[in-house]
Amino acid sequence: MEGIIAPLLQTISNSRTLYIMSTNNDQQIPRFLKLSGLEPLVVTPDTNFVNVGERTNVAGSKKFLRLIKEENFEEALDIARHQVEGGAQIIDINMDDGLIDGKEAMVKFLNLVIAEPDISRVPIMIDSSKWEIIEAGLQVVQGKCVVNSISLKEGEAEFIQHAKLVKRYGAAVIVMAFDEVGQADNYERRIEIAKRSYDVLVNKVKFAPEDIIFDLNIFPVATGMDEHKLNALDFIKATAWVRQNLPHCNVSGGVSNVSFSFRGNNPVREAMHSVFLYHAIQAGMNMGIVNPTMLEVYDDIPKDLLERVEDVMLNRRDDATERLLDFAETVIGKAKENTVDLSWREEPIQSRITRALVKGIDQYIVEDVEAARQAVDKPIEVIEGHLMTGMNVVGDLFGSGKMFLPQVVKSARVMKKAVAYLLPYIEEEKLRNPQAGDSKNAGKILMATVKGDVHDIGKNIVGVVLACNNYEIVDMGVMVPPEKIIQKAKEEQVDVIGLSGLITPSLDEMVFLAKEMERQNFKVPLLIGGATTSKAHTAVKIDPQYKNAVVYVNDASRAVTVVGDLLKKGTAEKYKETIKLDYEEFRKQFLKRGKHKEYLTIAGARKNKYQIDWNTSEIVKPNQLGIQVIEAYDLSKLKEFIDWTPFFRSWELHGKYPAILTDEVVGEQATELFGEAKTMLNKIIDEKLLTAKAVFGLFPANTINDDDIEVSAPSEAEGESKTYTFRTLRQQLKKYAGKPNFALSDFIAPKESGVQDYIGSFCVSTGFGAEEMAEEFRKNLDDYNSIMVKALADRLAEAFAECLHKEIRLKHWGYATDETLDNEALIKEEYKGIRPAPGYPACPDHLEKPTIWELLNVKEAIGVELTDSMAMWPAASVSGYYFGNPEARYFGVGKIKEDQVADFATRKNIELEVALRWLAPNIADD
Amino acid sequence: MKPIQDILKERILVLDGAMGTMLQRYKFTEEDFRGERFADWKHPLQGNNDLLSLTQPEAIAEVHRKYFAAGADIVETNTFSGTTIAMADYFMEDLVYELNYESARIAKQVADEFTAKEPHKPRFVAGSIGPTNKTASMSPDVNDPGFRGVTFDELRIAYKLQTEALLDGGADILLVETIFDTLNAKAALFAIEEVKEERGIEVPIMVSGTITDASGRTLSGQTAEAFLISISHIPILSVGFNCALGANQLVPHLEVLAAKTQFGVSAHPNAGLPNAFGEYDETAEQMAEQIKEYVEKGLVNIVGGCCGTTPEHISAIANLVKDYDPRSVFEDR
Repeated sequence: MEGIIAPLLQTISNSRTLYIMSTNNDQQIPRFLKLSGLEPLVVTPDTNFVNVGERTNVAGSKKFLRLIKEENFEEALDIARHQVEGGAQIIDINMDDGLIDGKEAMVKFLNLVIAEPDISRVPIMIDSSKWEIIEAGLQVVQGKCVVNSISLKEGEAEFIQHAKLVKRYGAAVIVMAFDEVGQADNYERRIEIAKRSYDVLVNKVKFAPEDIIFDLNIFPVATGMDEHKLNALDFIKATAWVRQNLPHCNVSGGVSNVSFSFRGNNPVREAMHSVFLYHAIQAGMNMGIVNPTMLEVYDDIPKDLLERVEDVMLNRRDDATERLLDFAETVIGKAKENTVDLSWREEPIQSRITRALVKGIDQYIVEDVEAARQAVDKPIEVIEGHLMTGMNVVGDLFGSGKMFLPQVVKSARVMKKAVAYLLPYIEEEKLRNPQAGDSKNAGKILMATVKGDVHDIGKNIVGVVLACNNYEIVDMGVMVPPEKIIQKAKEEQVDVIGLSGLITPSLDEMVFLAKEMERQNFKVPLLIGGATTSKAHTAVKIDPQYKNAVVYVNDASRAVTVVGDLLKKGTAEKYKETIKLDYEEFRKQFLKRGKHKEYLTIAGARKNKYQIDWNTSEIVKPNQLGIQVIEAYDLSKLKEFIDWTPFFRSWELHGKYPAILTDEVVGEQATELFGEAKTMLNKIIDEKLLTAKAVFGLFPANTINDDDIEVSAPSEAEGESKTYTFRTLRQQLKKYAGKPNFALSDFIAPKESGVQDYIGSFCVSTGFGAEEMAEEFRKNLDDYNSIMVKALADRLAEAFAECLHKEIRLKHWGYATDETLDNEALIKEEYKGIRPAPGYPACPDHLEKPTIWELLNVKEAIGVELTDSMAMWPAASVSGYYFGNPEARYFGVGKIKEDQVADFATRKNIELEVALRWLAPNIADD
Repeated sequence: MKPIQDILKERILVLDGAMGTMLQRYKFTEEDFRGERFADWKHPLQGNNDLLSLTQPEAIAEVHRKYFAAGADIVETNTFSGTTIAMADYFMEDLVYELNYESARIAKQVADEFTAKEPHKPRFVAGSIGPTNKTASMSPDVNDPGFRGVTFDELRIAYKLQTEALLDGGADILLVETIFDTLNAKAALFAIEEVKEERGIEVPIMVSGTITDASGRTLSGQTAEAFLISISHIPILSVGFNCALGANQLVPHLEVLAAKTQFGVSAHPNAGLPNAFGEYDETAEQMAEQIKEYVEKGLVNIVGGCCGTTPEHISAIANLVKDYDPRSVFEDR
């Protein structure tokens, strides 16, 4: 790393004149930023530039995120080690991801890092947006760290409080140019916030000024938008101002942001980074995150490119962006001419087929396959030779993280097209020569979404990717009963069975199937996947039921390697043994670590319920009581409500929207996928291919007997009403003093208060038409668009739920008529009141869904049905409750004890056994 | 009385020598350790030196007296193991406040006697805050490197109690010493800052690490400079090293501190390295001869002795340093 950056720095070391250390009148040792791991890091004017390694950041590295999720800390440590060996002078560690316990992961990883002297010799940057994670990190590191970051975003009081603690823990701090108003995006705001932050820190907190590092926000330039023109120059100018006017402090930033608009054009990006650094370092930027492979030596940048890049960076001419864009096209154009059109069509047939598969280009595939067919004896040889060779390249690239899922699914589309073209020839060959036999595939895999469950996006993706790797897939679809799976597996003599499920009752189905396979003496390996599954559940609940291999597979890329290992002749047995032992060990560890938690009795938990003062609580009577049905909501209105982040996740692209579009690793792929998704979405909207239906109702309600909510709904008989009861579950984990044990019923006034309260309930679906569309694509050998439709339908359903909830708040119920929230605020759930859904943390019990169905007459009203496992069909549906009280909030019930289960069974008038089965995932083990 | 910060600029201050070495001379038995008050204590108490402040207070006062008489400006309280964490070995967690309070009170009483007699040479009491017997940065289990036997918060709470008791008993200075794990020391400093803030007081703090062996690092792996950087976030009176090594071996590490800190520098080495019987046999003259290098090079502001040192050693050191200027603390570098 040093080696690459050094020449760049060499160029500028002579011209560093702008930032002179302000004179220091105290007779003291000069005030430099000093950090330490096992060894010191002192940042002096001679240090040039401190490079921060950021691969140990779950937001920045997909691989690191995966390793942390898998608790594969050993490999995660290797990433940290490589960075230090590669020359990183500080390592940034970030565990902010919704799917991991950030605090626990931070502490665990840091403790392991500390035990590795070749890593912990450098200082650590503890990076989190959550203060509790930062503090937990500070408590386990002996050296002087950098906290990344604090800011005035949440106001001065919190800023001071955090800064004081940072100081007391003995760390330096990155201060973001962010305040109560927002992020600084011009020169004036940057210096205003920096000055204010500095004054507060130095004067009020007595923070050592040399321990302050400003992150002045590096934003992209040459985006085509006028307001972005000054992004680089303002940063550079602000850096110079900060270094000259705020004595002793430092300036840092993430450099690759600046060139985002040239994604895919590395020569230009590299030049942009170098030019930016050249000027920013001169202005006094002395620390930052730079990818050393994305840096050109300043002096080696061709003069014409340099001039245009500098014009953009320094905003030297009005047409700077256009000129660079034009020039960039010639840079990339040259490359394109050489690689895409001219040469590859002239390359040998194998290269052409491989390229078509890797790039997902189906334009010439039939032509190329035909050429290949004519060159071989038997048509089958094209599949086994040319196409498999190409798919192996795809597999290798995917396995090593150089291709992403959407690309692989496109490769599969090309593959299917090629195979479809060849099939008639193969059949003909068979007739002519019956001994020739079938194509030899790598193995046969049965895939199914278990009984009662309707979700299949993940399963389909895994199926496609496995098919790409020459496995024959027997896809049984969704809601497949166990006996059918068993029967099919026997008939087809499959080599592996893969089960998928998204809702919690599916977990039990899988356990059942494992038992059944054991009873019938099956030998084939069992794969487990889907959103609610986990290595823990697989190891603890499923693995012991089946003597043969059971493997938890959480993504498509892993599926390929796992199946490969399971079926590899010679080593498979050994691998299965290892897997078995690994799960046994995991199980032991898991059961052992069961940190003993204290629970209250259900009576005790009720005593500690959340108290709302019903005399003063603001209860609004809904404007429109009763049930309403929406037959076909205008889909175009849902667009703005879509939360795109989960859409990318379903394609195994991880990161937050919109940042993911400019992500260093997956940005390019995410942008492409996003473009295609939008095209499809527009088509769906314009041609009304999906129908959005909803039924919702608002009713008088009161809480009875602590945890039940009694709802009175209009009855068919005029003027009469019928009563329904929702049962809620209450948190039982013992809380810190002052923290209540929540149940949803706490947010509705109890009957004895004499206050009339209200509740709402809803079901929305955008799934009508989705299955048909997906099937149509499938028939046309287009899995890519088949999966795309379902993923979009899911997003639309969530968007509909969000949109309808807003209408409820503003209009139908009308308790928040003055609300003004943008979509981001909605995604962050900043609205008043909540809409929890059965099967999710606040009400994990799926059994309330039938009550909603009865209450709203959902099936008759809009046609959404419930399966045996209480999954909704069509799959792209959302149902839940509305709570309007301003104090209502989302929470997780967590684990409950058997006394509550028994009580729940009595209240609900069901057998205890039934309750135990449905609530199993939520019952505490100890 | 002149504040110690000012005296530090004028002359080299002398810290006392070993408490443990002196107490060994009394050959206290299990009964002596117990005294009347702990005659029926269910667990063996011999070796719990801190407890002697309650059961043999006269002996403790006598040791302090001897060191002051030998020329020490500062004596350390008999509280090296005075935390709930270290006292757990003797099941005496509940006595921690009293142990620290009494130890500080005894030392302060003796210091006041001497200050009254020699007002030109005021005497100070440094509350000794040891490292405890647990480490927050290292795993006690080689097979589980991520495991920790104690958390920052547990240490912070234990240190806070000790700090409060030492200050209540009359300690003038707090001495966080024999630091083998910087994270433990940071927890102590955190606790001290909390007490300072809650009480609205300033109190001089001395910080002293331990370089374990020839590797030149602390047990938790830090170099001298990394250690210095890790504990420099709050204003302290001095930073230095003690224990583990003899005076000679400390020189290179003291040079690092002297060159890189604006705080005072302290050293209280052992009387050489232990011999085959685990005894320290360097004489007072031999030790003073080595410490001469410190003062000639202008490395230190405070100097004293650790394991194996006696009033004779301190007397020889006091005699030596009186002729030298202290390291200039606020020198422009």
